[in-house]
Amino acid sequence: MTFLAKPNLLRPDTPRNTLGYTRRDYEGAISTLCAGCGHDSISAAVVQACFDLDIEPHRVAKLSGIGCSSKTPDYFLGASHGFNTTHGRMPSVLTGAALANRELIYLGVSGDGDSASIGIGQFAHAMRRGVNMTYLVENNGVYGLTKGQFSATADRGSKSKRGVVNSETPIDLAALALQLGATYVARSFSGDKEQLIPLIKGALRHLGSALIDVISPCVTFNNHAGSTKSYDFVREHNDAVNRLDVILPRDKISASYPPGSLRRIVQHDGSVLHLRKIDKDYDPSDRVGAMNYLQERHVLGEIVTGLLYVDSSAEDLHRHLNTVEMPLNKLQDDTLCPGSKALEALNASLRSS
Amino acid sequence: MSTMSTTTAAIQASNDFVIKFANVNGSGSASANELFARAIMGMGVPVAPRNIFPSNIQGLPTWYEMRVSEAGWLGRRGGCELMVAMNPQSWDRDVAEVAPGGYLFYDSTKVLPRSRFREDITVLGVPLTEICNREYTDPRQRQLFKNIMYVGALTALLGIDLGVVDGLIADQFRGKDKLIGANINALKLGYTYASDHFACPIGLRIERSNGVGERIFINGNDACGLGAVYGGATVAAWYPITPSTSVIEAFSSYCRKFRTDPDNGMARYAVVQAEDELASIGMVIGASWNGARAFTATSGPGISLMQEFFGLAYFAEVPAVIFNVQRGGPSTGMPTRTQQSDLIACAYASHGDTKHVLLFPEDPYECFKFGAQAFDLADRLQTPIFVLLDLDMGMNDHLCQPFDWDDQRLYDRGKIMTAEELEAGKNFGRYLDVDGDGIPYRTIPGTHPSKGAFFSRGTTRNAYAKYSETGTDYIYNMERLRRKFETAKKMVPAPVAKRAAQPSRFGAIYYGSTSPAMAEALVQLAAQGIHVNSLRVRGFPFADEVVDFINEHDAVFVVEQNESGQLRMLLINEAEIDPKRLIRVLHYDGTPITARFISGMIADALSARQVTPVRKQVAS
Ligand SMILES: Cc1ncc(C[n+]2csc(CCOP(=O)(O)OP(=O)(O)O)c2C)c(N)n1
Ligand code: SF4
Ligand SMILES: [Mg+2]
Repeated sequence: MTFLAKPNLLRPDTPRNTLGYTRRDYEGAISTLCAGCGHDSISAAVVQACFDLDIEPHRVAKLSGIGCSSKTPDYFLGASHGFNTTHGRMPSVLTGAALANRELIYLGVSGDGDSASIGIGQFAHAMRRGVNMTYLVENNGVYGLTKGQFSATADRGSKSKRGVVNSETPIDLAALALQLGATYVARSFSGDKEQLIPLIKGALRHLGSALIDVISPCVTFNNHAGSTKSYDFVREHNDAVNRLDVILPRDKISASYPPGSLRRIVQHDGSVLHLRKIDKDYDPSDRVGAMNYLQERHVLGEIVTGLLYVDSSAEDLHRHLNTVEMPLNKLQDDTLCPGSKALEALNASLRSS
Repeated sequence: MSTMSTTTAAIQASNDFVIKFANVNGSGSASANELFARAIMGMGVPVAPRNIFPSNIQGLPTWYEMRVSEAGWLGRRGGCELMVAMNPQSWDRDVAEVAPGGYLFYDSTKVLPRSRFREDITVLGVPLTEICNREYTDPRQRQLFKNIMYVGALTALLGIDLGVVDGLIADQFRGKDKLIGANINALKLGYTYASDHFACPIGLRIERSNGVGERIFINGNDACGLGAVYGGATVAAWYPITPSTSVIEAFSSYCRKFRTDPDNGMARYAVVQAEDELASIGMVIGASWNGARAFTATSGPGISLMQEFFGLAYFAEVPAVIFNVQRGGPSTGMPTRTQQSDLIACAYASHGDTKHVLLFPEDPYECFKFGAQAFDLADRLQTPIFVLLDLDMGMNDHLCQPFDWDDQRLYDRGKIMTAEELEAGKNFGRYLDVDGDGIPYRTIPGTHPSKGAFFSRGTTRNAYAKYSETGTDYIYNMERLRRKFETAKKMVPAPVAKRAAQPSRFGAIYYGSTSPAMAEALVQLAAQGIHVNSLRVRGFPFADEVVDFINEHDAVFVVEQNESGQLRMLLINEAEIDPKRLIRVLHYDGTPITARFISGMIADALSARQVTPVRKQVAS
């Protein structure tokens, strides 16, 4: 039996997607983050991406760790189940959830402290397992919720608000995800929704582990001069390799692109990624090339953004485990329990006299 | 027979003694020893074998102790009438362990000075190495067949029907005729040597009986894995750790058998080897939150790592099943020994005011039963359920009653609000106590487009799962959780009481793998005129019967296998029992507790209290 959401009482000209949902149907509770926090822009981008993709909100499960970033799932998709787990351990909880029901869309939200510091182990293993999920890191280079300590993504030489200079080597989660076998890897900036929204859409329609490292300035603790995660710094050093448009099978393609400037990638589910090239030599299907490119540009102090890598023939954990199509949480007693006859046969084989 | 004994009469016993095998780890002795245990069972005589093994793959000493008991005592008794001393490293202590009048079997190829033996035991030397070197050229064969050869010799010495062992070998190697022939040949070499050189049977004899009956022979870990299949688990996440590893191996193999879609060979289950125990329990919680039945199996160090997540599951009220196969800890070494030392770590696991439901099976039968039941309990109570077994129960094969299953029984998924109910306008508050039992309703993600979704978090929320830091909301929640724990009291398996033959002012409380040794200890005590009532605890929170039992007695012995008396601590704390009334009987050297230890401790304690045994009172 299917149930329909009750329409909201809105002005008749409120935009609706194909399913009849308005943008408001994808919103959540009022944010309690600081005004101007990059994380809120990412929440807005998630709302827009889900609206655009005609996703039924309740078919999404949103999971997070602990941090300002990890609070945000409360602020979007209010009709979705969410789980604010423990610090750094969202990936395992999400993995378990994904095992239980392969039919939902899994959205993991984390911070740079959550994923690169305390949770780097779980981050790494979820990537290498190919859990079918969209994993957003809201990366501000600091621990927002505990008031501004450096996280493991803080650049060497970046200055804290109190003037302390970070001397430790940063972890680049996108580079790590590439090495670990993630099959959709992107980086973006919370201040660039034109870039971010399509990247989230592409990830939501990707089968396999999709990571988006979103630089998301912390206006309260890491937005000053000398920080490499401030709005100004990221704007000045943003080196976008491409621009993405996600084309669904239902869409008519209206835009025309100059020859040679576009790359078309068809994903597993029929969605098409149109990549408008900015760097004409950048090849997003070349994992090793992407890794090299990131390293080269990092040395130059640039922040590479865009769809860095995608494997359109990726497989996910369920495929590796050869699990049945029917979600495991829907299997009933009759298929799960072998029953008394089988047990009697087993007893007979375990008798010893 | 080279009997050195002059002073002590050789022990004469039929179907009631202890044999111990001293071997070198990795020498292939385990399967030979098990074959011998099965041969005795094949004669219809109950056996309880136990491995005492090192944390090592090859080289260190290992023992295999077999309690042979027509009466069906399946615990360790203590003592040893026949030592099969196959390990030069541990020779001296092995020889010393034989009871006066007992027997020592050894490989007599290398001549040992008289001083390495004892005067008061019967020595049975068989030149195993010599025979092997004569018969075989391949070094591996020499080793393996040496083991089968001593099985053959012992078969003759104890008067076991050779045909029974032949049959077992034929079963074991079914379809591999060459192997059957070779093994039976080695068996015969040993059998013939012993028959030719000793008066068989010796004083210790196996006589045909029907004491084994319908019972099955299986270890607790396999039974847990099977219980999880019957209990409807579909997701298992784990990280390898002795002694729990085989729970998951068993689950996987039973799933391959019972849960493979016959049409396409696809799996109706998922087993993930996680990167550590934090991830294992995280996956279990995620899967359970999402409506699947999920579990993990681990041991002490894993329990330590999972602490934060236990708290989350407790407060977010997510079901989870944890099999904890307890061992000594920490580090390596003692961990391949048995203990019941994680009670407190599990009962109060995690930060904040947490308390968890524990189940204590006594044998593989209950491992299966409680293992399956744990999933119903986890769903009904929406909380982690710990099934506590230990290395002794988990890794040793035990005779137990056959498994049973009622086909009418349906899984009890607890309070799950459906899309239909939500659509019909039923009030949904994720943490609202609608029935007064402390258990709220939950919804499974994806249920309804606009109703019933909620954001799971720890404690910072109100009854409708909305963010709240208000004190009254927190208190409402904590009081409800307490009510839920009260409800759990009536759901966990009830304790099992056994009355002594005569009225007694003394009781004994015990649980888990202590059970079979306890049963024999009570009989040993009764034989000395000491009558003790007993109560086997099967779950925590404690049922009211546990408190009533303690109150009925002047003093109660709490028998357990840890140093701090953890069940006693729980009783004092949770049932508010006067500590003076609970007497510790603690066994914690890493070997399974013995009947003689328990009866000895209780008898000593009572004589120190100057309690006159009932028999004497009656006589005077
Ligand atoms: C086990 C544990 N240790 C420490 C904390 C405290 N803590 C809460 S949030 C946080 C850092 C969050 O940083 P990040 O993931 O970058 O999120 P942000 O607030 O910057 O978005 C820490 C250390 C915790 N909640 N749990
Ligand atoms: S402290 Fe920083 S990260 Fe946290 S809400 Fe404020 S701006 Fe955002
Ligand atoms: Mg941060």
